[in-house]
Amino acid sequence: MEHMGIERDRLQFSWVSSAESTKFVEVVKTVTEAVKSLGPNTAFKKHLPKVA
Amino acid sequence: MQTYIDKIKEIAARILKDCKVDMVIGFRNGTVPMMCEPHFAKSADEVDRLVWDSNCGINLANYLTDRKEKIGIVAKGCDSRNIVTHIIENKIKREQLYIIGVPCKGMIDKHRIKAMFDGEILKVSEDENNIIVTGADFEKVLNKRDVLQKNCAVCIHRNPVVYDELAAELVEEQSGIDRYADVEKIEALPSKERWAYFDELLSECIRCYACRNACPLCYCPTCFVDESRPQWVGKSQDPTDVRTFHFLRAYHCAGRCTDCGACERACPVGINMRVFTKKLEKDCKTLFDWEAGLSLDDRPPLDTYRPTDPDDFIK
Repeated sequence: MEHMGIERDRLQFSWVSSAESTKFVEVVKTVTEAVKSLGPNTAFKKHLPKVA
Repeated sequence: MQTYIDKIKEIAARILKDCKVDMVIGFRNGTVPMMCEPHFAKSADEVDRLVWDSNCGINLANYLTDRKEKIGIVAKGCDSRNIVTHIIENKIKREQLYIIGVPCKGMIDKHRIKAMFDGEILKVSEDENNIIVTGADFEKVLNKRDVLQKNCAVCIHRNPVVYDELAAELVEEQSGIDRYADVEKIEALPSKERWAYFDELLSECIRCYACRNACPLCYCPTCFVDESRPQWVGKSQDPTDVRTFHFLRAYHCAGRCTDCGACERACPVGINMRVFTKKLEKDCKTLFDWEAGLSLDDRPPLDTYRPTDPDDFIK
């Protein structure tokens, strides 16, 4: 995905056990921050008028 | 070349006569220049049409999927690696095959040669190092080295990896070439430019799926793009759908692609979709030290687990 031009931080992988609630919250926070700082996604969006 | 052809014919006729195989798959001349097509010889008198030249870029492993009979097959380096992949993936048994190994010196790029001339090309012949292109009012000698398919120019497995008999002496492998220069060039771009690069690359795509059909790895009974329940990918010409197709197809070839160039060769509009599979091939090499189709005994990286597998991307 990154090679194709999706920004690095937009796609993230994480391993969180069901017992690790604190880690889950942390991950959600960091991912949200990272993605927000990148701004709205422009890639991989279908524009309806073009499809119709 | 003629010695190659004679030897291939001799082996094919012999194994058919001895009933070692029911059919020999090789190449025959197509109806237009630079378009050799597959030939299925089932009896000794069909053997005569077999040929070998620099236009045999089709990957014959594509015709082995789920065959039940015994087959003799003409295999250059990349074909043989795809045969290995087929055997590993249980698409054919080694015992069913009599592999006629053909050491290969590269195939020529028909897209590039066609683009060099204005008029129609009527005949293309060759000698050891040159390609002679003839049209109605022109004739030009090209150096074969300059018109090789892009994947052949960076190939380091010209000799077949498995074979029962060779049609010629093994050739010297190329060394000291930068196999991934094109991928590295794209990797160096910032992400916006990379996105634009692929947009431009795929803008010509008409989604004919010739690349998929030519690919020996694409043997699924129903391809994900043809499936409509569920519909994995849109069927329109929208750039998003086009890109999804190429991107997912490349992923399905991860750790299996031998860079035989059949996809690029089959493309009617000349898209170099190898830049997708090449990136995955490079990653397999750097992350798992894996090159597809070199051994019948090793399992591919995507179906084995090793504790040392890289996992830095999981946070």
